[in-house]
Amino acid sequence: MLGEGIVKGLAETARNFFGSYVSKDRLTTVQFPEERLPQAEAARNFPFLVYDGDDWQEGLRCVACQICEKECPPKCIFIEKSNDKKPDYLGKPQFYPAVFNIDVSVCMSCQICVEVCPFDAIEMDTAFELSTDNRFDGLLWRKAQLAKSNEYFHIIHPVASAEVDERLTAAKVKAEAKAKTAADAKPATPTPPHAEIEAATTK
Amino acid sequence: MRRVAMTETVDQIFVILKHWLVANLPVEVQPIFAAMLSVVSIIAVFASLFAVTTILERKGLGRFQNRYGPNRVGPYGLLQPLADGLKSLTKEDIVPRSADKVVHLLAPLILVVAAFLGYAVLPIGRNMVAVNLDAGVLYFFAASSIVELSIFMAGWSSRNKYSLLGAMRAIAQMISYEVPLILSAIAVIMAVGSLSTVTIVERQAGYTGIWPHWFVFTPWGFAGFVLFMIAGTAESNRSPFDLPEGESEIIAGYYIEYSGFKFALFFLGEYIGMFAISGLAITLFLGGWSAPFPFLSWIPSYLWFFAKLFALIAMFIWVRSTLPRLRMDQLMNFAWKFMLPMGLLNLVNVAVWRFLPSGLSRWLVCAVLVVVPYLLLGRGLVQSKKLEKRVYRFAD
Repeated sequence: MLGEGIVKGLAETARNFFGSYVSKDRLTTVQFPEERLPQAEAARNFPFLVYDGDDWQEGLRCVACQICEKECPPKCIFIEKSNDKKPDYLGKPQFYPAVFNIDVSVCMSCQICVEVCPFDAIEMDTAFELSTDNRFDGLLWRKAQLAKSNEYFHIIHPVASAEVDERLTAAKVKAEAKAKTAADAKPATPTPPHAEIEAATTK
Repeated sequence: MRRVAMTETVDQIFVILKHWLVANLPVEVQPIFAAMLSVVSIIAVFASLFAVTTILERKGLGRFQNRYGPNRVGPYGLLQPLADGLKSLTKEDIVPRSADKVVHLLAPLILVVAAFLGYAVLPIGRNMVAVNLDAGVLYFFAASSIVELSIFMAGWSSRNKYSLLGAMRAIAQMISYEVPLILSAIAVIMAVGSLSTVTIVERQAGYTGIWPHWFVFTPWGFAGFVLFMIAGTAESNRSPFDLPEGESEIIAGYYIEYSGFKFALFFLGEYIGMFAISGLAITLFLGGWSAPFPFLSWIPSYLWFFAKLFALIAMFIWVRSTLPRLRMDQLMNFAWKFMLPMGLLNLVNVAVWRFLPSGLSRWLVCAVLVVVPYLLLGRGLVQSKKLEKRVYRFAD
């Protein structure tokens, strides 16, 4: 019948109108910036450096191995190794980056630096409200700006950070167990060396 | 002095106010001052209604489209018309160098003036009509036809081929839809026997039991009302008949070269025309200022007029958000092949209604006279558009 489609269309828009006051899926607007949609687990924008604990300089996981600098396709990472060493989470003394710069205007968010890092020191951040008023200096991020805590990593990537933490704690436990068995394998009182040589030479 | 009921005082408050104001003046200037008072109040009321309608429309369209409308300026976005008005006042007024300056300036002015002229014969409330003309409806149609001239002036003076194209299409559309508009109004005039809007409303102000005598509740009146509203939508270039504006195609059609305040005047003129056509529809079909039920007649008459006007505006907004735009040929076909025959049949219908004795048989005959041609004509017109394999004359 002529006009049937029009009436059906009018009914549908009327449902939209009245439904938009009662149900959320008839009013899908998310009023940015007061409301935000949660981002996916795998969302990524630019890299950041992870640090454990409270002190960002002490707990920085990066050991300045420069693998990410070499693998980065547009070469946006610039690292200068330090001259001294500091202990890492396993207690081993490691180098640390004296200078760690990422040029964000060059970075293409490919995540290769994250994939190749052997120490889980660099991960992808999801923050996107990054506008600055300086085109050159404002888009060159230095170590202090890049360092963010492990707790922050947990908030933005819960699954990935849990996996990383599990691996690192497993490695730490294994290292501690190894150190403990090494300590147990040593005798309670140290044998004098000449007794050992005597024992060996009399054989 | 007879005791006047409170409701009657409230109903006539503006009339009383006007008489009191005018009586304090010397006798020589009284008529001109009375006329000026009516004119100023009409302009003030309907211009503020325009401002309210812009925000209602944007919020309404938003809700129909599953989104909020503007909600940043003021609480719930209610100060948005203020922002829009300030913007249009402060924008640079660009006139193309080769445009016809006088005509370019006159076109929006004539549009607004012509649109406002129609309100002179609309009875807003009991005893509240600016000018009680004997040929009120004729005057209304004459005044609203000037709008077509102003659109052509706008399109021609901009010296822009797209603007001219838009203006041509607009005029073709408006002239084609004048015919069913006036035919449906003639049905009412035949029923009442007078061209005066005041008489038409008074004829609808009675009740049988609790049912009002509005013409929309008769078969021919209902058909006439639908035809009138469709033709009115086309007359004010409103969606789905807004091809001349073509908001998403030829940007703005005939007012493409206008910026700033003149653009705002075009916008104003379009909406004022829409209100005027709705006002006439209310006068002719919906009983003007009369209440729908006798137990509701304590509500002042002007409030009823504006309530009906708001309902029609809501209907306009609803239809705008629902229907896609009609193509030019679809639009013209609809006017000449469907609406014109239905309008003519409506005239026959109202004559049949007038000369049959009142009762159920009258209702049945007239209802059949509306429904059967509608179905037959609808089916016939749709069937003629069979989809065939396209045959080229030269390409094969």
